Amino acid sequence: MLAFTIRRLVQSLGVMLAVSLIAFVMFTFVGDPVDQMVGLETTIEERNALREQLGLNDPTPIQFLRFVGNAIQGDFGISYQFKRPVATILGERMPATLELALVSAILSLILGIPMGVYTALRRESLLSKLFLTISLVGVSLPTFLIGIIFIFVFAVLLQILPSFGRGEVVDMGWWSTGLLTGSGLKALIMPAITLALFQMTLIMRLVRAEMLEVLRTDYIKFGRARGLRNRAINFGHALKNTMVPVITIAGLQIGSIIAFAIITETVFQWPGMGLLFLQAVQNVDIPIMAAYLLLIAFLFVIINMAVDLLYVVVDPRIRIGGGEE
Amino acid sequence: MSIVQTAERRSLIARMRDTDIWHSFVRNKIVMLAAFVTAVFFLAALFAPLVSPHNPFDLATLSLMDSLMQPVWLEESDPRFLLGTDDQGRDLLSAIIYGARISLAVGFASVAFAAVLGISLGLLAGYMGGRTDAIIMRIADVQLTFPSILIALLIDGSVRGIFGGAFNREDSAFYVLVVAIGLSFWVQYARTVRSSTLVEKNKEYVQAARLIGLHPIKIMLRHVLPNVTGPVLVIATINLALAIITEATLSFLGVGIPSTQPSLGTLIRIGNDFLFSGEWWITIFPGIALAVLALAINLLGDWLRDVLNPRLR
Repeated sequence: MLAFTIRRLVQSLGVMLAVSLIAFVMFTFVGDPVDQMVGLETTIEERNALREQLGLNDPTPIQFLRFVGNAIQGDFGISYQFKRPVATILGERMPATLELALVSAILSLILGIPMGVYTALRRESLLSKLFLTISLVGVSLPTFLIGIIFIFVFAVLLQILPSFGRGEVVDMGWWSTGLLTGSGLKALIMPAITLALFQMTLIMRLVRAEMLEVLRTDYIKFGRARGLRNRAINFGHALKNTMVPVITIAGLQIGSIIAFAIITETVFQWPGMGLLFLQAVQNVDIPIMAAYLLLIAFLFVIINMAVDLLYVVVDPRIRIGGGEE
Repeated sequence: MSIVQTAERRSLIARMRDTDIWHSFVRNKIVMLAAFVTAVFFLAALFAPLVSPHNPFDLATLSLMDSLMQPVWLEESDPRFLLGTDDQGRDLLSAIIYGARISLAVGFASVAFAAVLGISLGLLAGYMGGRTDAIIMRIADVQLTFPSILIALLIDGSVRGIFGGAFNREDSAFYVLVVAIGLSFWVQYARTVRSSTLVEKNKEYVQAARLIGLHPIKIMLRHVLPNVTGPVLVIATINLALAIITEATLSFLGVGIPSTQPSLGTLIRIGNDFLFSGEWWITIFPGIALAVLALAINLLGDWLRDVLNPRLR
């Protein structure tokens, strides 16, 4: 177990290094940082002095090492647009995104899994067909379109929900939360549902497919032959055995929820990291783009490791050790 | 003997009518509808200048007097504009047809780009093995953990940084989108092709080809490639819908096709500004067009996957 954890750690470090190399390449070769930082009147001498001071004349490997060193300490440089440290800006924006992502993830799990189980057990029922149709529509409708339709119906026509922003937030040290105020919760409803819909359909389809597969196996038939109650078979045996792939996908989905939050945050003008990243892409604000990339990669690596370790807990058949990944 | 001969003499259409695919197609009403809708979109996009009532890009025919007209079944409308007009007085139906043309063009081009790249790398990885394989598949693994929309956004942003001002012209925006979307989709093709190449390369015909001293590239292209491209069609169909959605999303986010030559996503973005003032049709109609197109292609893709994969039946 320890050896496995260490090997996963080393692999994750490799991934992080690769991503930081990409971030570094973007940082260094896309646009000229000096151009972005000085005004038009700056003389060439001053520019060169700044270049020297920033260490841009050093050999590339040394620059890379310095970049990684700074990143580990949470220093991602100064944003070109806002002229403030990137880490501070990201820190301000992070709570909004994480709250939105967390609520959506929980929503998609508590709706997706029961719907998947139901459609697998009652394949021919009308409700199952309805669920499946909705899921197909959910996959085909782009996230931003769902958001726009929500805004049109609930904010423009019915005027019962706010169309943008986070509502009132409560500051708790470095964390600001919208979960404790009425307007904050109200503002969260539409973005969270928009973000959760796509993941929910995915989880539902996955649980359904896995359940159908498991229900066909011999041990389920044998369980029925022994006269176990349906509920014990369906939930005690079948559902439990579908959980390994579901955990994998759910884990990976948390990552894509954060990525899809870019779209949702833009539609609802939700003041999170995704909106910040999009503005960075539009204005070629490389420090923010690079920092966001690193942050997302870090989250992904952590989630992937957690998922791998969870396997062992969920499925005792998976033996740790051995040469296989 | 005679049976074989008659089989050979039958026309291509007659032979097609005998396949499983055709039978499954005829029996499935929803799939036929999806195919019909897709065909309508393709034809309309292909012949956009002929079928659309106005040319939305011909500035001479535009008049601000016609701006923000409602669809014909509402009061403030003009029979010339079936679905109403946008803020510049462009006929919305024509704009949607031209928009679908651009969306489909980006979709096809990026899927083709992703497929060529993915198939080549997958072939190379599977056939060469060893270090080549390890490097390519590691890159694929790392990329697969990131959602494609994020990768497309990053590539898009980087290209803007490198080329600066030149980016804002419509023609370059098109290519940037194709590259960004294509690069974010190649992994699936590479993995599929690699795994079937691993099987094929140990078969006798490949060993025979190697034995007579053919160049590895020739073996890969002439002998292995035709035998591993089967599943690619299914992936490509499903990817086409995804690529169209990704294009629309990027354009909606303001980093895709600029508003002088709007795609469906750009139209939705333009219309979004008018949603609150009550001009809903500028957003909703392009949105419906996009959703219907994506749904139809998705349905076709799902059906194709089920038909071509006997294990699932």
